[in-house]
Amino acid sequence: MAKIVILGAGVSGHTAATFLRDWLGKEHEVIVVTPNSKWNWIPSNIWVGVGQMKKEDVVFELAPVYEKIGIDYRQAKALSIHPEGGENEEKPYVTVEYTGQGKEGQTETITYDYLINATGPKLNFDATPGLGNGKGGLGDYTVSVCTADHAVHANEELQKVIAKMKAGEKQKLVIGTGHGMCTCQGAAFEYIFNIDHELRKAGVRDKAEMIWLTNESALGDFGMGGMHVRRGGYIASSKVFAESLFAEHEFEWILGTHVTKVEDGKIHFEALDGEMDSQEFDFAMLIPPFGGVGLKAYAKDGSDITDKVFAPNGFMKVDADYTPKPYEEWKASDWPKTLQNPDYPNMFAVGIAFAPPHIISKPMKSPNGTPINPTPPRTGMPSAMMGKAVAQSIRDMVTGRSDKPTHTASMSEMGAACVASAGAGIFSGKAVSMTVYPVVPDYEKYPGVGRDLDYTTGEIGLAGHWIKHLLHYAFLWKAQLKPFWKIIPE
Amino acid sequence: MSAKHLQHIEPYSPQSGTMIPGGFVKFMRTCVIWQLIRFLIINIRMTKLILKSHH
Ligand SMILES: Cc1cc2nc3c(=O)[nH]c(=O)nc-3n(C[C@H](O)[C@H](O)[C@H](O)COP(=O)(O)OP(=O)(O)OC[C@H]3O[C@@H](n4cnc5c(N)ncnc54)[C@H](O)[C@@H]3O)c2cc1C
Repeated sequence: MAKIVILGAGVSGHTAATFLRDWLGKEHEVIVVTPNSKWNWIPSNIWVGVGQMKKEDVVFELAPVYEKIGIDYRQAKALSIHPEGGENEEKPYVTVEYTGQGKEGQTETITYDYLINATGPKLNFDATPGLGNGKGGLGDYTVSVCTADHAVHANEELQKVIAKMKAGEKQKLVIGTGHGMCTCQGAAFEYIFNIDHELRKAGVRDKAEMIWLTNESALGDFGMGGMHVRRGGYIASSKVFAESLFAEHEFEWILGTHVTKVEDGKIHFEALDGEMDSQEFDFAMLIPPFGGVGLKAYAKDGSDITDKVFAPNGFMKVDADYTPKPYEEWKASDWPKTLQNPDYPNMFAVGIAFAPPHIISKPMKSPNGTPINPTPPRTGMPSAMMGKAVAQSIRDMVTGRSDKPTHTASMSEMGAACVASAGAGIFSGKAVSMTVYPVVPDYEKYPGVGRDLDYTTGEIGLAGHWIKHLLHYAFLWKAQLKPFWKIIPE
Repeated sequence: MSAKHLQHIEPYSPQSGTMIPGGFVKFMRTCVIWQLIRFLIINIRMTKLILKSHH
């Protein structure tokens, strides 16, 4: 009998847990530890943030779903991992603190045979003074769409701004990244286009000045060094298409920024050229930088081995090549394949929780030495594929088919399909439908562009909106394990 | 191209240094018949990508 513990029920952890439960016999235990009582289809938070959807449309209760399939659900957050066991415990274990199920604040230890860390990001608002509230939460001056509750609040603030515009007041809206080391530009991209769409529908677009403030050194970088697609007989960079879309929609853009401080109505930033500048705003949505969720790790004797298990940014080390090397020497093969921890083979990390070997975009620094570059995105499709690949490996190890991981999910050997909403509406909506292969460019295999142009594509149109809308229903259906959930791809 | 699509562009601004879509391109983005075809094509593309990505 094996006991598999999954930390985190987001995109990657939920995928891993549900497949493992489905594949393994009832003699094996599958335990999910996650602090949230509800599962959130995060991509649709964008529509909550502009009032096109309600919070209830993008979340569902996890407990009944886990009960139905036989997953042991603990509404708790993991605090520490003890991969060698401890003084009074031979087996490896995790310590957790309950956040629900009537046991709030109680701690417990849970032993495991296999552990999957799928804890996603810590939304590190406090990394930028004024962006956070000093207690780990969102500050008073800006909004966020990273959680469903944040998105509800963002829409409330947006409606206030729209009301002012309807009353004839001009408003400045700033959307982008709140730190030089942010990722997830795609979410901010979707949000600025959705706001634009709503303002046009409300007939107040002429009252809004819309500004994109980003740590990307070029538009369309998205933390993956941009991408190239074939169009009109040319091979063109995503920079060209992003600039075109921004110009068409009357957005201004400020590139290469590290936000140093946010005050009421004012964002201070350092630019890539080293200049210190500021931008005023009436409404701002700035994505926070991501870090690991702060799990600790301890050896059998109780000594702290957090540095051995986790990278300095708090993400878990896996089978990547973490040797520091200059950009010119980065290789696709630096990226992890099996997502297994090198020191503790029964421990894996998937989705945002694994430590990337380095960033993907070319590293940039201001003359003051401040790094200003996007960190690697780990979007939904790769996160879910990692969850499934690790589940397949663990299944094969548990059933004795292999003593090593049998499946891989390297971001340098997988693609990502991403549909970025540019406005909701069954006949007026639009979205950018992108496919990119591989996610991490491989300049040895695909000289010049790093990607396979037969599989790297992008276009904007109503079809994209239909797909995005379908994905909303399909993934919520799949996550709730409704009939035929397994045939919906990750 | 009609001036309508360009009237918000300031000469020498960053926005003027890129390509601006004209009326036909914009029309096709929400032309239902064309988008139904694109819908099928994008779905085929994404399926091919998913098949290529599973190891
Ligand atoms: C606004 C927004 C829009 C997005 N849109 C898209 C999109 O259109 N397409 C796309 O592909 N991707 C999109 N993404 C990215 C996508 O949401 C992420 O790639 C995906 O959620 C990552 O999955 P994950 O499992 O690693 O992390 P998450 O889904 O964040 O899950 C992490 C889980 O771990 C839990 N957890 C946290 N701390 C602990 C702890 N200590 N112990 C146990 N559990 C813990 C959390 O509560 C959560 O349940 C978007 C992201 C945002 C913010």
